[in-house]
Amino acid sequence: MSSYPTHPAHVPHPAGPHGPHGSDEDESGAPHGTYRDYMTGFILAVILTVIPFFLVMARPIESPGYTAAIVLVCAFAQILVHMIYFLHMTPKAEDGWLLLSTIFTIILVVITLAGSLWIVFHLNRNMMPMLDSDMMQEMLPPDGAPAAR
Amino acid sequence: MSAAAATQGHRAHAPTDFYVREEDHHAPGGFTHLGFWIYLMSDCLIFAVLFATYGVLGASLAGGPGPRDLFDLPLVALNTTLLLISSITYGFAMLAMNDGDQKKVLRWLAITGLFGAAFVSVEIYEFSHLIHEGAGPQRSGFLSAFFALVGTHGLHVSFGILWLVVLMTQVSKRGLIGANQRRLTCLSLFWHFLDLVWIGVFTFVYLLGVLR
Repeated sequence: MSSYPTHPAHVPHPAGPHGPHGSDEDESGAPHGTYRDYMTGFILAVILTVIPFFLVMARPIESPGYTAAIVLVCAFAQILVHMIYFLHMTPKAEDGWLLLSTIFTIILVVITLAGSLWIVFHLNRNMMPMLDSDMMQEMLPPDGAPAAR
Repeated sequence: MSAAAATQGHRAHAPTDFYVREEDHHAPGGFTHLGFWIYLMSDCLIFAVLFATYGVLGASLAGGPGPRDLFDLPLVALNTTLLLISSITYGFAMLAMNDGDQKKVLRWLAITGLFGAAFVSVEIYEFSHLIHEGAGPQRSGFLSAFFALVGTHGLHVSFGILWLVVLMTQVSKRGLIGANQRRLTCLSLFWHFLDLVWIGVFTFVYLLGVLR
């Protein structure tokens, strides 16, 4: 049923400016976190920052490939930590529009990044002038005479 | 119950339905949070394009110095720490705001601003050092893309600090009124978002750059 008579816009709530504690949304629909949320997020973020810096600065793992993979996983995990504990994103926030707009943006970001790198990688391989020695070898026939144009 | 009576009953209630349209689910500015979030997503696309540019041009050194010669990882670690601490202190300001404690809000905002200013200072020092070494943005494609990406982030943080100072003035003059709470919530999204972008910067530009 409609509840409009019981929720006038500007009547201060008896339990304080934000209504009873335990609610995780204020009147404008913006979610906010607790002290515990922020501290959990901060500690996780510190761990996920220290690991990649340690791996690159001290190089306990020889292979650059494995190091890069762990660094990337840490970055991805830390982005999630920030989204959940600092930006307070939940699937229900703003009736789901927050999550929907974020997913849409992530799709665009992935297309932009992957597409640019893919296209330019191929451009570089196919169209960049080759090194002089390579070019000479390819343009000259085996007997050394200049190629006919 | 006959059909006629049901219709009658429906008609009797019909005017109520018109009042439902007048109902305001949201307080004034109720969509600000979502609207600001969508602005941040568009900002995210700006950074995505700059990251893509860096990814494309990052190996074009033009015979100049590369990431391994230029980047000073302890300095980057210091910058990362400063920005992360400023994120948590802003969080404390938001918690104080939820408790309605104006003094505490102002104190935490000031601390956040100081850490943000320290971050920008370290970055300016890094840039001037690079330019002094002859590794300015005009040196190679890699350095142009680097200065564009990291500079845009630094510019965002600088404007965030400006916004923070304006909000501190607002809060000290008018108190924690609804409008100011809304503004503080928006700045909190902005500030945490910048820290999130910085994760991408230190991972892709600095750490993977040095590894390469």
